[in-house]
Amino acid sequence: MKFIIAIIQPDRLDEVLAKLTEKEIHLVTVTNVVGRGRQKGIAEVYRSHKEAGSLLRKVRLEIGVNEAFVQPAIDAIMAGARTGQIGDGKIFVLDLPRCIRIRTGEEGHEAIG
Amino acid sequence: MTTHKRRIGLIVAAVGVLLSAMAMTTLGQGAEAPATGVAPGATTAAAPTKVDSGDTAWVMLSAGLVMMMTPALAFFYGGLVRRKNVLSVLMQCFMILCIVSVQWVLFGYSLSFGKSHGGLIGGLEMFALNGVGAAPNADYAPTIPHSVFMLFQMMFAVITPALIIGAFAERMRFSAFCILTVLWSTLIYDPVCHWVWGVGGWLKTMGALDFAGGTVVHINAGIAALAAALILGKRQGFPSMISPPHSLPFATLGAGLLWFGWFGFNGGSSLHADGLAGSAMVATHVAAAVAGLTWAGIDWIWHGKPTTLGMITGAVAGLVAVTPAAGYVTPAGAIGIGIGAGLLPWLAVTFLKPRMNYDDTLDAFGVHGVGGIWGAIATGLWATKTVNESGGNGLFYGDAHQLVVQLTAVGATIVYAFVGSVILFKVVNVFSTLRAGAHEERVGLDLTEHKEAGYTIID
Repeated sequence: MKFIIAIIQPDRLDEVLAKLTEKEIHLVTVTNVVGRGRQKGIAEVYRSHKEAGSLLRKVRLEIGVNEAFVQPAIDAIMAGARTGQIGDGKIFVLDLPRCIRIRTGEEGHEAIG
Repeated sequence: MTTHKRRIGLIVAAVGVLLSAMAMTTLGQGAEAPATGVAPGATTAAAPTKVDSGDTAWVMLSAGLVMMMTPALAFFYGGLVRRKNVLSVLMQCFMILCIVSVQWVLFGYSLSFGKSHGGLIGGLEMFALNGVGAAPNADYAPTIPHSVFMLFQMMFAVITPALIIGAFAERMRFSAFCILTVLWSTLIYDPVCHWVWGVGGWLKTMGALDFAGGTVVHINAGIAALAAALILGKRQGFPSMISPPHSLPFATLGAGLLWFGWFGFNGGSSLHADGLAGSAMVATHVAAAVAGLTWAGIDWIWHGKPTTLGMITGAVAGLVAVTPAAGYVTPAGAIGIGIGAGLLPWLAVTFLKPRMNYDDTLDAFGVHGVGGIWGAIATGLWATKTVNESGGNGLFYGDAHQLVVQLTAVGATIVYAFVGSVILFKVVNVFSTLRAGAHEERVGLDLTEHKEAGYTIID
């Protein structure tokens, strides 16, 4: 199992969700975040907003998946979030040792899907 | 370098406007000297003019109440859009308040209430409010200063284009919006205002009853809203991917303040602090309450739960519908109008919109267009001379002719507002693209048009 964290441009969220749905990946957690990357928080005027402390608005996606869905999830996020401009974001893929569904107490591969 | 040149150009233009405004002020002062008590635009009326302090105080207060409705509308609409567009809507409403106020003072008022040219448009003799001063205008309001009448009417001219924002919210470029505001006010609002309220206006002469602006304000704006929604096209992701309203508390606050302001809108339209104003306020309040109840009730039956949004939308629809009728109907008539105002816009929003497949962002057409049409027709049903001697009797009081007149006024306004708005939007679109870019629309108009955000994420 892998845990995927993606930081993307807020305006790409709808497109990324649509692409994930196409790959039948429905479980995703979304949060509004602020942060900075290589552009050091200085964005082109129209692309994003300069916040206090030079932090830019981003959206963070968290997706827990079985091995078979790792590449499809990455592909979907790339397809939806990529514009080719600075600030498109990053995808982090982490090992996921355990996963428990609270309602049923199921663990592992059954719990994640 | 081009931006630099453009900036200089803008500054030169601004200075030019300022200078011409100053020149006009001097001109106006010279011409105002013989204060005869009758405005240049007025025909010789028999009614004597004498300023009444009670009437004047009431209309002054009403002007303030109606002014407040535009910021109230800003919050009503602002709460209903997505977070990323809240400022763009507030900004558009405030910008209209500023733009139309200037337009009205310069020539809008004169085009609307000046000497009639063929019943179609007023003349320019009151350009820059030439002759509009402390002396009452015998034709329009013999007991209050002409300037107060002008100010009260100004607030109507302001809120009407603001209503249209509901149809194109979240996807209109701001510069195109500013151009449209000036042109729409001048070419659509001012003529229709003249037809219905101007002395010599053809619908007024025909006997159409519009107490406080059902045709002039609501049908006019509602139909223009439909035109805007059709021409601009749907927002990206409409209808399935659009987030729900970002702040229903804002929307409820806005609706509440609209209701409050409407006492001035309808009550003030009596232009006297008298029984008629009181009667109009009662009818206004009753219709809003009944329409709010009706919409909430239908929601309860149809969707299983009464919604806040349904309740406030119903109340606003009730206020819209009672606007032309307020000074002509009994409280019982207002109940009938309120029921229709809860039902018909609900049907339009629930069934007509999906079927016609247009994206009227905040249902400006559904509420103001449909509600306004219902109100104008309902005036022809429930109007009675027992409430207002100078009004008329509707169908339910034995005069079918009044209904025919009302339908004519509705039809003429619909045709003119729709055709005129379509042409206007298309023409403006040629030299100033109406629709925001796809990227700008996704990021949100707050950042891309105003370089601001309504809300921060981290304190």
